[in-house]
Amino acid sequence: MTVLAERHVAEHEHEHHEPTGLLKWLTSTDHKLIGMNYMVTSLVMFFLAGIMALLLRTQLASPNSSLLTFQQYNALFTMHGSLMLYLFAGPFAFGGLANYILPLQVGAPDMAFPRLNALSYWLYLSGSITMLLGFLVAGGAAAYGWVAYAPLSSVQFSPGSAPDLWILGIALTGFSAIFTGVNLVTTTFYLRAPGMTMFRLPIFTWNMLVTAILILIAFPILTAAMVLLFADRHFGTHIYTTAGGGVPVLYQNLFWFFGHPEVYILALPYFGIVSDVIPVFSKKPLFGYKGMVFATMAIAALSTGVWAHHMFTTGVVLLPFFSLLSLLIAVPTGIKFFNWIGTMWRGQLVFTTPMLFCIGFLFAFLMGGLTGVMLASPPIDFATHDTYFVVAHFHQVLFGTAVYAGFAGLYYWYPKFFGRMYRESMGKWHFWLLTIGFWLTFIPQYVLGLWGMPRRVASYPSDVGWTSLNVASTIGAYIIGISFVFLLVNLWVSWRKPIPAGDNPWDAHTLEWFAASPPVHHNFEKLPPIRSERPVWDFHHPDALTITHGNGTGRSNGHGHLADAAVGSDTADSGDKA
Amino acid sequence: MASVVAVSRRDAETSRSFASRKRRRALGALVAAALPIVLGGCQLPTFYGYRGSTKQGHDEFLLYAGTVIAAIVVGVIVAALIAWSIVRYRKRSEDMPRQFQYHIPLEITYIVVPVIMVLILFGFTVFTENQVDAVSPTPALKVHVTAFQWGWSYQYPGNLTVTGVTTEDPDPVGINGAQCAPAVDCLGPGLVVPAGETTRITLVSNDVIHGFYVPQFNFSRYAQPGVTNVFDLTVQHVGIYRAQCTQLCGLYHSLMFFHVVALPPSQFRAWLSSQQRAATTVSASISHPTTKAAA
Repeated sequence: MTVLAERHVAEHEHEHHEPTGLLKWLTSTDHKLIGMNYMVTSLVMFFLAGIMALLLRTQLASPNSSLLTFQQYNALFTMHGSLMLYLFAGPFAFGGLANYILPLQVGAPDMAFPRLNALSYWLYLSGSITMLLGFLVAGGAAAYGWVAYAPLSSVQFSPGSAPDLWILGIALTGFSAIFTGVNLVTTTFYLRAPGMTMFRLPIFTWNMLVTAILILIAFPILTAAMVLLFADRHFGTHIYTTAGGGVPVLYQNLFWFFGHPEVYILALPYFGIVSDVIPVFSKKPLFGYKGMVFATMAIAALSTGVWAHHMFTTGVVLLPFFSLLSLLIAVPTGIKFFNWIGTMWRGQLVFTTPMLFCIGFLFAFLMGGLTGVMLASPPIDFATHDTYFVVAHFHQVLFGTAVYAGFAGLYYWYPKFFGRMYRESMGKWHFWLLTIGFWLTFIPQYVLGLWGMPRRVASYPSDVGWTSLNVASTIGAYIIGISFVFLLVNLWVSWRKPIPAGDNPWDAHTLEWFAASPPVHHNFEKLPPIRSERPVWDFHHPDALTITHGNGTGRSNGHGHLADAAVGSDTADSGDKA
Repeated sequence: MASVVAVSRRDAETSRSFASRKRRRALGALVAAALPIVLGGCQLPTFYGYRGSTKQGHDEFLLYAGTVIAAIVVGVIVAALIAWSIVRYRKRSEDMPRQFQYHIPLEITYIVVPVIMVLILFGFTVFTENQVDAVSPTPALKVHVTAFQWGWSYQYPGNLTVTGVTTEDPDPVGINGAQCAPAVDCLGPGLVVPAGETTRITLVSNDVIHGFYVPQFNFSRYAQPGVTNVFDLTVQHVGIYRAQCTQLCGLYHSLMFFHVVALPPSQFRAWLSSQQRAATTVSASISHPTTKAAA
C-alpha cells in the first residue's frame, strides 16, 4: 500500500456540535448540504417546467386548439423557458453538482466561502419563488418569452406586477450565480490539495472553473440589463424606448451579451460531466486531456464574441464578424467530440446508466451542434430564425447537455451522495424511453421550422399541413414525461430498499471517490498521492498508469516504462506545486 | 427617422468594405464557379426546405442545401465513429486497455481540418449574404411596410396605403380569388408585388418588434421601433405566398398572418392604378400607424 498523505487533522479533531433536522437544513454552510438543496430545488423547477412543456405540447397537438388561451400559452412558454434556463439548467450544474463535487474533486474540506455559499442558495430559492409568484397575480405570469425583449416587456405592452416579479427573480438568481461563481473560482485556485496542480484537475472541475469565470463575465450584464428594464418600467427612464430617444435594440445587445456566454454556462459543466464519466466506463484516461482544457477555454473566449448571432435578422449587426466567430466555436467543440471518441477507442466500455446517458448526449449534441453550425450562417438564419427549426436546435443542444449529461451526472454521483445504488434496470428504462421521446419530439420540429412554423405561436391553422408532425412531437414529449416516472420510482425504491454502494463502485478516477459515501463532514480523512488527473485510479491500479510520453502509436505493452514515468514525475511534484 | 436610415446604411457599407473589392471579386468568381459543380443547381433535393420563390431565397437555398450535405457527411462520419466505439469496444474481457492519452498528429489533424471546413463555409456564407442583402439601385416598386399589434400596413407609391388588422380582417386586398388553395395562404393582409421584378421593402414598426417572414422566400427580417430595414425581394413566379410574424409580439402573435401576392407585371400595374384611383376613400377611412413614423 502506498503511503497516504494526511490532511486536515486539526479540522477533524475539532468537534462539531451541529444542529439537526430542519435547523440543520436552514443554517448549514456545508457545501454538500447546500449542493443537495440546490439539486432538489432545481429538479423541482425542472419538473414544473416539464409539466408546462407538456401543456404547451398538448395545446399544439391539434390545430386551432382552445385548451389554453393565448395569454395562458404565452405565459406558460415564458415560464417554461425561464425555469429551465435560469432556475434549472444553470443552478443544477453550478449550484448543485459543482457545489457538491468540486471541493471533493480538488481535495478541499469545503468551499472557500461557506457562508457566501449559503447566501447564494437562499437568494436562488427566493428568486425562484419570486418568479413563480407571477402565476398568482392578476393577469397571470409574465408573457414575453424568456428573453423579455424590449419594448414588449415595457410597462406599456406588459402591464401588471408579474413582469416585475420576473425581473426581480432574475436579479436575485443572478446574484446567487455570481456568488457561486466567486466561490468556485476561489476554491479551485486556493483550496487544491497538495499535488493537485492545475493540469491534474479533473475535467469537470476545469469546466466548472471556466464556467464560473463566464458567470462573472455574463451575469452582471444581465443584472444591469434587468435594472435598466425595471427603471424603464417604473422610473420613467427611456433606455429601451424610442419615445425618449432610447434604443430598443440595446436591450438585445445587452441581453445576448449575457445570453450567449449563458449558453456555454449551461453547456460546459455538462461537457465536464461527460468528460469525467466516459473515461471511467471506458477504463481509460481522457484522451487529449490538455487539448480539451484548451478547447474549453477557447469556447469560453469565443462565446463572449458571438452574441449578435441571435440578432442576424435585426439588420443592424455586422454579419461576417459574428458569423465567423460563431462558426469557429465548432472547432473546439469538435475537439471535444474527438476527445470523447478517442477515450472510448480501444477501451473496455461498460454501459451503465450514466454511460448510456453520455452516449445519448453524444448523439443529441452532434445533431444539435451541426444544426447550430448551419444557424451560424446568416442567410440560413434568415430562413429559419424564430421558427421551430431554432426551437429544435436549441432543445437538442440544451436537452443534450442539461438533461442527458445532467442525469448522467446524477446517476453517476448518486452512490456518492447517498452511499446506495440506484437500480440499473430502471435507469435503462429511463434512458431508452427518454431517447425515443427525445428524437420523436424534436426531429419533427426541425421539419416544421423548415416548413415555416414560427415559434411561440399558441395555435396554427388546420389546412397548413403542420398537424401530423405536431402530433408526433407531442407524443414524443409525453414519452419523455413518462421516462421520468422511472427516475422517480428508482429513487424511491433505492430509498426504501437500500443497496450499499461502497466508496468507489465505479472504479472511478477522481478524488471524490476516495471519500466515504456519503462524504464525512469536511470530506476527507486521508488523501491518496496526487500524481495525475486521476489519483484514485493510480492508487488502485499502480500497474496501469497513464502513458504520459510518446504518441500512443507504439505497439509495445507500456506497463513497465509507465510505472517508471510515474515514479519520475513523483520527484517533480514539489516543483510543480510551487 | 431619416438619421436612423442613414446610420443603418453606413453600417451596411462598413460591413461590405471589410474585404477589398478585388478579393471579393476573386472570391465571387471562385464561388460562382464552384456552386454549380458542388451543388448541381436545381437538381438538389430540398432537404425539407423551400427552393426559394425569390431570387434571394433561391441563393439562400443553394447555401442551405450545400451546408446540409456537408453536415450530413460530417455527422455520418462522427456518428459512425461513436457507433463503432460502442459496438467494437464494448467490454469483452478483463484485460486492461492500453492507457494512452495523447496522439499529437491526430489532435492537430482534428483541429486543422475543421478550421478549413469552417472557413470554406464562411466563404460561401459571405458570398450568399451579400447576394441576399444586396439592394438594387433601380427597383421596380418600393413599398413601405409597417408592422403593428396586430396587423400589417403597406404603403405603395401614389399615396396608396392598405392596412389590414389580422385579427379582424382576413383579406382586405380581395384578390385571392380561385388562386387561394389552401385558404391559409390568404390569411392576413396581402402585399401585392409584380412577379419577376425587384420590389424594395422598407420595414418598420412603431410598437413592439415583429418579424416579417415569408417561408417560401427563405427570408425574415425584424420590424423594429427605431430601426428601418431595407431589403429587396425579387419574386420569380406568379403566386400567393403564405407569411406570418415570427417574433413574439404580444397576445395575438399567433394570428399575425399576412401573405404576398405576386402578379404578372401588367396585371400588377392595372391593380395598382385601380387601387390608387380609389385611394382617396381608402386612406381617409383608415388611420394607419405609418403617419407616426413619418413625423
